[in-house]
Amino acid sequence: MESLSSLPGDALLDDEPAGTPTFLDRLFDYGLLVRTGVDGLYGRSGGFESVVDALDRMITRLGAAEGAEVLRFPPAMSRPAFERSGYLKGFPNLAGTVHSFCGDARGHAEILACLETGTDWTAQQEATDIVLTPAACYPVYPVAAARGMLPAEGRLFDLQSYCFRREPSLEPTRMQLFRMREYVRMGSPEQVLAFRESWLERGTAMMRGLGLPLAIDAANDPFFGRAGRMLANNQRAQGLKFELNVPVNSLEKPTACLSFNYHQDHFGSTWALRQADGEVAHTACVGFGLERITLALLRHHGLDLAAWPDAVRAELWG
Amino acid sequence: MNIAQDIREILGSNEAFSGKADRLSEDDSLFDLGLDSFGSVQLMLALEERFNIEFPDELLNRKSFSTIRAIREAVSTLIQQEAA
Repeated sequence: MESLSSLPGDALLDDEPAGTPTFLDRLFDYGLLVRTGVDGLYGRSGGFESVVDALDRMITRLGAAEGAEVLRFPPAMSRPAFERSGYLKGFPNLAGTVHSFCGDARGHAEILACLETGTDWTAQQEATDIVLTPAACYPVYPVAAARGMLPAEGRLFDLQSYCFRREPSLEPTRMQLFRMREYVRMGSPEQVLAFRESWLERGTAMMRGLGLPLAIDAANDPFFGRAGRMLANNQRAQGLKFELNVPVNSLEKPTACLSFNYHQDHFGSTWALRQADGEVAHTACVGFGLERITLALLRHHGLDLAAWPDAVRAELWG
Repeated sequence: MNIAQDIREILGSNEAFSGKADRLSEDDSLFDLGLDSFGSVQLMLALEERFNIEFPDELLNRKSFSTIRAIREAVSTLIQQEAA
């Protein structure tokens, strides 16, 4: 494993005098991201999207040999499935629920009156059966479980979705709605750990090929509260999560662009997902933060895509 | 106060140890016997409530909750600290 201390110094990140526009300001000024008035909720330019699309295709090429089953879900999932997934045990603060107006004509009039006077109009909004997807893989586990036992070779899924996490921030790498590409492996512990190991190598080679300084580090999810500190310590102690970090906002706090996660039997137990021999299935996933990798490229190679190094452009666009 | 008995009683409310908490030895690995991460968090919270203690950050790890002996020693230390 590499450590961050092995990263070379990066003039782009070191030498910004105080008072200069932030990276986020420059992304707005250059038109790559578009303000909406909400921190972490941005429009993307055609140029920005051309990088996201190229990364998406690159990840498809890297995983093509395994023949993953492609599934795409809208950026929302069923509330009962979300509740069963256990997400609220660890991340109640990040979840986003969809609420809709459930009143009558009088209620409608009240809403309009509230809007007129600038007072809170949301009292009659009620939770629907839809929750915003917190990670691209969440909708796939109940789908896989509904098919019955896994075949002996297990299963492999290819997913991509906009994901929502309620964490407003001025760091462009911490968006509230962002795209995550994932491969998800289900099977025996040996099968899913071999998958994760192979993607640690492939993901590292991919990011090196894009000319980005990186480090692989043990990591933990941002579990909520005191109980969360224990979950985080456990996750680290068991080596369940690794992240591929690239300095984007700062050298001290690099940005996780890829993550490699071993869920043990968490989702298998939650969804009664079984291996061919009847044992509870284990699962693992590799996740690619498409906006984060794009931002890392913009940070290190500049805001003008046409001026990026030829080798990087060739990796992305052939 | 019989700390070990109280710990067994709390463990018995966990699905993995229901009806068999009294048969656990002091050194049985609770994680090997089915305690999962969320279960260990619930165990921690229940112990804090029962003994009126608070586990400090350095004890919020698997090792502290790995056996009845480890839990008993941690709880005993914390009770003494609270009393001091």
